[in-house]
Amino acid sequence: MRIRTYHELTEPDRSGLAAQIMAQRRRVAQRLAGVERLIAVMSGKGGVGKSYVTVHAARALARVGRRGGVLDADLNGPTAARLLGARDGRLAVLEDAIEPTVGSDGVRVVSMDQLLADGRPLAFRGPEAESFVWRGAAEAAALREFVADVAWGALDVLFVDLPPGLARFQELAELLPVPPAVLTVTIPTPESGDAVRRALRAALERGATPLGIVENMVGGAFAGEAGDTLAREFDTPLLARVPWHPTPDVWRQLAETIWNAV
Amino acid sequence: MKFLCVDCDRQMTFEERQLPGDGTLAAAFRCPQCGRVVAMLTNPMETQLVASLGVQIGGRTIPAQPLEMVRGMVAGGKEDAFVEAGERGAGSGPIWSREAQERLARVPNFVRGMVKKIYADYAREHGIAEVTTAVMDAARAELGLEGM
Repeated sequence: MRIRTYHELTEPDRSGLAAQIMAQRRRVAQRLAGVERLIAVMSGKGGVGKSYVTVHAARALARVGRRGGVLDADLNGPTAARLLGARDGRLAVLEDAIEPTVGSDGVRVVSMDQLLADGRPLAFRGPEAESFVWRGAAEAAALREFVADVAWGALDVLFVDLPPGLARFQELAELLPVPPAVLTVTIPTPESGDAVRRALRAALERGATPLGIVENMVGGAFAGEAGDTLAREFDTPLLARVPWHPTPDVWRQLAETIWNAV
Repeated sequence: MKFLCVDCDRQMTFEERQLPGDGTLAAAFRCPQCGRVVAMLTNPMETQLVASLGVQIGGRTIPAQPLEMVRGMVAGGKEDAFVEAGERGAGSGPIWSREAQERLARVPNFVRGMVKKIYADYAREHGIAEVTTAVMDAARAELGLEGM
């Protein structure tokens, strides 16, 4: 018996699952057409202040006239909306998109924090049994919708605030026409450096462009020089050393450096 | 996923999708040559996986709605997270019978706006001036809107 293979079946298929996926990709590309620069902010390690750096960089850019947005891709630990003072903003549903809320300094933001009831974890309706099989797909779809279904409009920079780990970066990279530039945040310790190294290497292997390193929480209890070490290893600039109590000048300089580095 | 009628060596074509309401899905495919029909049955986990991808077996029956997956699948959503564009201006959609309004009111607010729009669009496309529970049932069956 000769059974044709999947790829040998080329008759029109009304179900068109592949075509539906392609339509989703086109929608992403169309939605991002007005975004000049998309920067993924990543670390590979939790607690280094990614969201804090992301939000303040976006605000600093906005203060010098750049149109900025923050897509909070940390679906399970979203903080960007609160940091931008936009947590309680209602999202307006337009004909084919959601309008992002506008936070401090005019930064547009969409975050799962704006959608979940207080204190509720992100959970999906569906069969409990074997939920590990589909939960990842649901989170990836939520990320896709945050990109494709939000009327981001014309932006100079859209920051995507990624959660710790590598999975969300890979999901983002698969959505985009080209892999994003990555802004990498670490704290000074060698332990942080180790975690960030793995994440940054994985991102570069997926074709990401390294934008530079931001060393956060400098001058306090965390000793080390992970920022310099990573910058040397990856031949990428150390964009900023952010102290425990940064002044507006620190963010302004970081914003300028990011803008010039993209 | 494709289905091949081995006897005819022809790719079977999608015929019909059914959502019995228990989280499972049935999709029928027919051989265009001999007419044989097979049904693909998915369990709740498999059905959920497909839904999580934001695709529909058999093709979409309605255009993708903004944040469709998030609004349809996230549990514990904030009641006042969204403001529908229709709430901000005079609407020109169909009128709703009292029973239909009561049924709609039982839909969680997090997703209610999207559900309302789907029914309103269905009524508009079918030239229906008033959305009744019968219209909602018809739309649900025709569009495959399980749980709406």
